[in-house]
Amino acid sequence: MSLLEVRNVAKRYGPVVALKSADLVVEPGEVHALLGANGAGKSTLVKVLTGVIRHDSGTIKVNGKDVRIGSPEGARRVGFAPVFQDPALLPDLTVAQNMRLTRTPIAGVREWLERMGLTVDLTEMTGNLPLPTLRMLDLARALARDPQLLMLDEITAALPSDLAEKVFTVMREWRDQGRSVLFISHRLAEVSAACDRASVLRDGRTVGTLVPKAGEEEKIVELMLGESRSKLAAEIEAEVDKVEAGPVGREVQLEVRDLLVGDDPGGVSFQLRTGEILGVAALEGQGQDRLFDYLAGERRPPSGEMLVAGRPFTPHHPYDAIRAGVVLVPADRVLALLPQRPIRENIAAPLFNRISRWGPINRGDERRRVQNAIDRLSIDTRAQRQARRLSGGNQQKLTIARWLAAGFTTMLCFDPTRGIDVGTKRQIYALLRELAEAGAAVLLFTSELPEIQLVCDRAVVVYRGKVTTEMPAADADEPALLRAAHGLGTVEAAA
Amino acid sequence: MSTAATTPDELAPRPGPVRAAGHFLIDRPLIMLSAILVLLLIACEIASPGYLGADRMGIILQFSAPLAFLAAGQTLVMLTAGIDLSVAATATAAAYIMAGQASRGTATALAIAVLVGLVVGLINGIGVGVFRVNPLIMTLGMASIVSGYLTVSAQSFVTGVPLVPEFVRELAVGSLIGDAIPKSLLLWGPVAALILLGLRYSGYGRMLYAVGDNPLACRLAGVRIWQVLLVVYILCSILAAIGGVLYVGVINAADLQLVSPYLLPSVAAVVIGGTSIFGGIGGYSGTILGAIILVVLDSLLTLLDASQAFKQILYGAIILLLAWLYATSTKRV
Amino acid sequence: MTTVEGATAGRRRALEPRRVATRHGWTIGVYVLLLLLLIAYIWALAPVTFTSFDLKTIVIGALPLAFAAMAQAVIVISGGIDLSLGVMVAVINVSAASLMENQSFATSLLIAFGLMLLGVVIGTINGGLIVLTGVPDIVVTLAMSFVWGGVALLIMRTPGGGSPLEYQALGTGVFGIEWIPAGAVIIALVLALVWLPIRWRRPGFAIYAVGSNRDRAYLSGVNVATTRVLAYSIGGFFAAMGGLAATATTGIGTPYAGTFITLNSVAAVVLGGVSLAGGKGGVVGPVAAAFCLTLVPSIMVFQGIDPNYGQVIQGALIVIVVMIGGLVLLRERR
Repeated sequence: MSLLEVRNVAKRYGPVVALKSADLVVEPGEVHALLGANGAGKSTLVKVLTGVIRHDSGTIKVNGKDVRIGSPEGARRVGFAPVFQDPALLPDLTVAQNMRLTRTPIAGVREWLERMGLTVDLTEMTGNLPLPTLRMLDLARALARDPQLLMLDEITAALPSDLAEKVFTVMREWRDQGRSVLFISHRLAEVSAACDRASVLRDGRTVGTLVPKAGEEEKIVELMLGESRSKLAAEIEAEVDKVEAGPVGREVQLEVRDLLVGDDPGGVSFQLRTGEILGVAALEGQGQDRLFDYLAGERRPPSGEMLVAGRPFTPHHPYDAIRAGVVLVPADRVLALLPQRPIRENIAAPLFNRISRWGPINRGDERRRVQNAIDRLSIDTRAQRQARRLSGGNQQKLTIARWLAAGFTTMLCFDPTRGIDVGTKRQIYALLRELAEAGAAVLLFTSELPEIQLVCDRAVVVYRGKVTTEMPAADADEPALLRAAHGLGTVEAAA
Repeated sequence: MSTAATTPDELAPRPGPVRAAGHFLIDRPLIMLSAILVLLLIACEIASPGYLGADRMGIILQFSAPLAFLAAGQTLVMLTAGIDLSVAATATAAAYIMAGQASRGTATALAIAVLVGLVVGLINGIGVGVFRVNPLIMTLGMASIVSGYLTVSAQSFVTGVPLVPEFVRELAVGSLIGDAIPKSLLLWGPVAALILLGLRYSGYGRMLYAVGDNPLACRLAGVRIWQVLLVVYILCSILAAIGGVLYVGVINAADLQLVSPYLLPSVAAVVIGGTSIFGGIGGYSGTILGAIILVVLDSLLTLLDASQAFKQILYGAIILLLAWLYATSTKRV
Repeated sequence: MTTVEGATAGRRRALEPRRVATRHGWTIGVYVLLLLLLIAYIWALAPVTFTSFDLKTIVIGALPLAFAAMAQAVIVISGGIDLSLGVMVAVINVSAASLMENQSFATSLLIAFGLMLLGVVIGTINGGLIVLTGVPDIVVTLAMSFVWGGVALLIMRTPGGGSPLEYQALGTGVFGIEWIPAGAVIIALVLALVWLPIRWRRPGFAIYAVGSNRDRAYLSGVNVATTRVLAYSIGGFFAAMGGLAATATTGIGTPYAGTFITLNSVAAVVLGGVSLAGGKGGVVGPVAAAFCLTLVPSIMVFQGIDPNYGQVIQGALIVIVVMIGGLVLLRERR
């Protein structure tokens, strides 16, 4: 009898289907990996299993019995112990207090910490402890509850290799005792080394379960990509081909030299020319967030240089960046959207960011700019009143429309199509190509690697805060990028 | 990252007629507020036949004017997701000092009143905008400072004989066309128009809404938020100062606790008027109706010969009810 | 990450000076301020000597506010705020004064315990409304301050009522020796018997957790709604103590004093090191801050300064303190 049997679980948020039909079977005494690209439904499934959200349909059986996990407590009761990527420890409580809050026996926690060879002061405020320590604490806490199923969500991300090793040891021990582990990760090398079986999600569905073997990561990659890739690719290529690719300009619009974006020494360097779309490929947390933050004027870099049109670029505030023509389209719409304001105000927002523009609005000018942006992006304006009522795709278009209306020379796009439907992706990418053709410089980071080849002229791969590879679009197919992004095929491959 | 989702308008099903009517009302708070006002006026008429005489609206507007000014400033501040608990103290100080300086000439005295508002607003704005202090605390502290300082230095603010200038008195209680149109409308009207138009058609108005709705997005769009906040607190205190001047005109006696009973109603008028305390949505038109509603509600309770106690209880309960109504209606989205 | 594990060793480490400074620095600052103000008080009193009577007077003056500060502290730590606290104190105050008039000491004690329960009920109503309606706490408690204020007026139109002398002695007398004001003992007892058992057990951790990070608290299995209401209930209890203290120290009931106590309770909480964002701070700091706030006007009087300057200083103190706090946060963000 399986420990956990998930069949046909579905979950939708309004029109957005997060899970179509997810299946998962975990046997007792097994380390089972859960894999899938961004937007495949991994995190939704995990949220369902940990009781954070409720699924709409499907069955979940634990040890043969039907269960309804409605809350974190519920998940705990059926013997699941999650370790989230963002450790669920309260920063203003001490470690010991956190344990008592969750009714975790402290002796058990101490025991596990000892077994992992770690010493942590239990009277320390968790807010003062570094992230790796918190992860290990969360792990010890989960273990101390003696769960049937340990769920580790991207636990090795941002963990130094010695701690990661300890995690693997613990996982093995746990498995040998007849318990099970659900291991959610992007890191294929680890999956091959540590897991017995792996289930792959794609587009909200489980597409396969296999036994991962070292050196055969390609099989997993294939499953993760599937044929949807070619469908999207064909569509985008069709759209993009309509736009005549203009010659890439000679002038360097944006340049970055030794910009420190990670914790390791050394920095990022590259050049971006006018009329070019440069793709940035990287796994989570390799420094791309900070790179974009510095370029957009959100934060100041500790070291390194940035230049715009050959002149030093040192923005103290996004306003400075915008004045220099450098604008940001962020991934998280929460950052960029004015939820309760209508479309027009969202798009026109940057027009009034200066005191000199606080007077009466030039309505004609505003209307022209806004309408122009709406038309170019084909924004569905049926929902006029409040931007939060728009679909995700339309919301993202709003952010881009804003810059169309305000004007810019360099557009920084950070994962602009994350969680967006295919149709809108098509439109956004086509627009980006148009803009580049018209002379703009575009820096595009996307976690959807296949799209880099379709939209970009060139690509750079960032790994551990440095540019490790640079390749023209023709070479930047997904397997190549995936390999480079995982650090495979380079000297720093061994984690 | 919310787990509940909003159904995009383009895909939402068409509601039936009753629900549609409900949506219609909630989407247009002014209609609902006007309906409430009318109901209250009818109730007043029932409680005291003859209440709704020809001049009644004029008198109501006269009494609503000071509150409407305080609430105007409060509206602007609350649009930015802030709050100003120093409006009453500022209003009192402005009124008192103006009365004390009246011997220097009406124009000077009025200018000084506005200056008081400017200074208080400037300090509030620096605290909230530059130092990022929580507005509740900053304005609370300022309220203490202002009213304390006023009490201490009361004498020093008086040169000559303190009095309420004739001009102010006329403005506050005078009227045109018999008693139908209060003269305070001559001031209130243009100011209200300025605020309403400004909120809708000026770049600054847009910034107020934007900052309250999502300061992160504003920063991304290059807005320097401290500038917006600095100005809004200055505007609020100046409006409060004017409100205080009007109020002392109505009462015709300056005292040190003059406007303090108006502090909480200034917030209530804004909340009832549909401006969210979290900012980003609302406007002055609702606040005007909210202020009038509060004044009429007060009259009704007086007419019912309700004790002070019952008045207060009902007052609070109704504010809560209206706030709940808005909370549930916005949750619908 | 190098330290010694084990409970006893942990406690030894917790007393290390540097760590004490960072974790309790602010509260220590408030204690120092209190000490300084006390010294200033004694000095201002000169040439009259500082006697136990003066100490008693200080405690009597600060007692109601001290309890109100405790109430507000608990609520703010849980991530909320209650702008009707002062009025709640008034309700209990007038209830006590009208019920206890011409009663025996024993009866008055019974009434007192009944009113403590009433305080819990009022607090629970406030918290329940906030959680159930989804209306922000500021608006709900603002509206409820009208309601409870009206209730206070219903019970007693103008100041009056009374209470047995023995009861008053609980607030105005001494405990044992001359130098231990009874009021101070009551505060200490309430802290020790009511707050500490909650603070250092799961309910207390839950309150801090909800104030610290609501989502993570939820993920840790905390019932967020219940915990939020609990904080208001506890606040109601402390507010009731404040009302009972007011009855003891003034001997009568006053339906009006609400706003003063509410605003000052927020001030005491901020001065006492509690973060308005929730999750951080303690209850003792605000109590000390309440004493500070009460000392200032008294010192002014002795120095011949208009006591209303006290208000100015109180306000200025708060503003400067939070501005400094804001500066520190800004610096950290860079």
